[in-house]
Amino acid sequence: MARARVLIRPKEGILDPQGKAVERALPALGFEGIGHVHVGRMVELEADDLEQLGELCEKLLANPLIEDYEIQPL
Amino acid sequence: VIWGVLQFPGSCDERDALHACEVVGGAKPRLIWHEERDLDGVDGVVVPGGFSYGDYLRAGAIARFSPAMEAVAELAAAGRPVLGICNGFQVLCEAGLLPGALLRNTELRFICKQVDLVPIPPAPDVDGPKTQAGVEFSAHRRGGATLSIPIKHGEGRYYAPEGMLDTLEANGQIAYRYADGHNANGSVRDIAGVRNERGNVLGLMPHPEHAVDPLTGSTDGRVVFESLEGFAA
Repeated sequence: MARARVLIRPKEGILDPQGKAVERALPALGFEGIGHVHVGRMVELEADDLEQLGELCEKLLANPLIEDYEIQPL
Repeated sequence: VIWGVLQFPGSCDERDALHACEVVGGAKPRLIWHEERDLDGVDGVVVPGGFSYGDYLRAGAIARFSPAMEAVAELAAAGRPVLGICNGFQVLCEAGLLPGALLRNTELRFICKQVDLVPIPPAPDVDGPKTQAGVEFSAHRRGGATLSIPIKHGEGRYYAPEGMLDTLEANGQIAYRYADGHNANGSVRDIAGVRNERGNVLGLMPHPEHAVDPLTGSTDGRVVFESLEGFAA
């Protein structure tokens, strides 16, 4: 079995209120100079064949209309 | 009209949907468990609200693979009425039966309140049941009045890319908009509900099934069910 990690993030240009909320919380905690925060999902999995992951992402793990995904073999 | 109402693990509005279907449809509806594949004897289907499969991964993402949803896709392809409410709307979008997607509310909060909706009839230049539905729909608009229907959701911000939105508007596929000042979730172009090109599949975030009885303050939700009756066999 091969291991892989799939990173799923909101598409560029789509309002990401979760990222904004994290960003707004930073100054109160004393963090400065941090911006463009985006919150997504990470899926780790094992597969016999990593080739099928693209289709898996298109059909289930991500919604291609609103999310970008990136497959990282481990 | 004999409606069927789907029930997934995590659905929570199927009881009110059944009640609404009986009140408006005039016939006893059927509750359909998500593992059922057989929709015989059902004229149309309601995919109700709730949190199907715990909303794991994304709202509606898992439910679309259920056996009952395969049957719903066939029913939709046959031109029969399919109504997705709230989580049901999310499921229909994930299943590709309706265009677009629902995102987290702009303010990140779960919102539960009564809102005003502007119903928009389908494009008038199409023949067949779509026009019929349009006529019936218009007849129920009560002189352009808005409908008072509740919303209750955390992920109801309708989104579609600009080009797709233009196409939807040109096709008459925007079914409901939030009235001025009532777009609480940040939906693009104030969109509360959309229909497919044929007009027989309708999805909306507000809950018409909670607005069919005077006891709950509004009966405007009936219009939403009635607007699809023209597609029943």
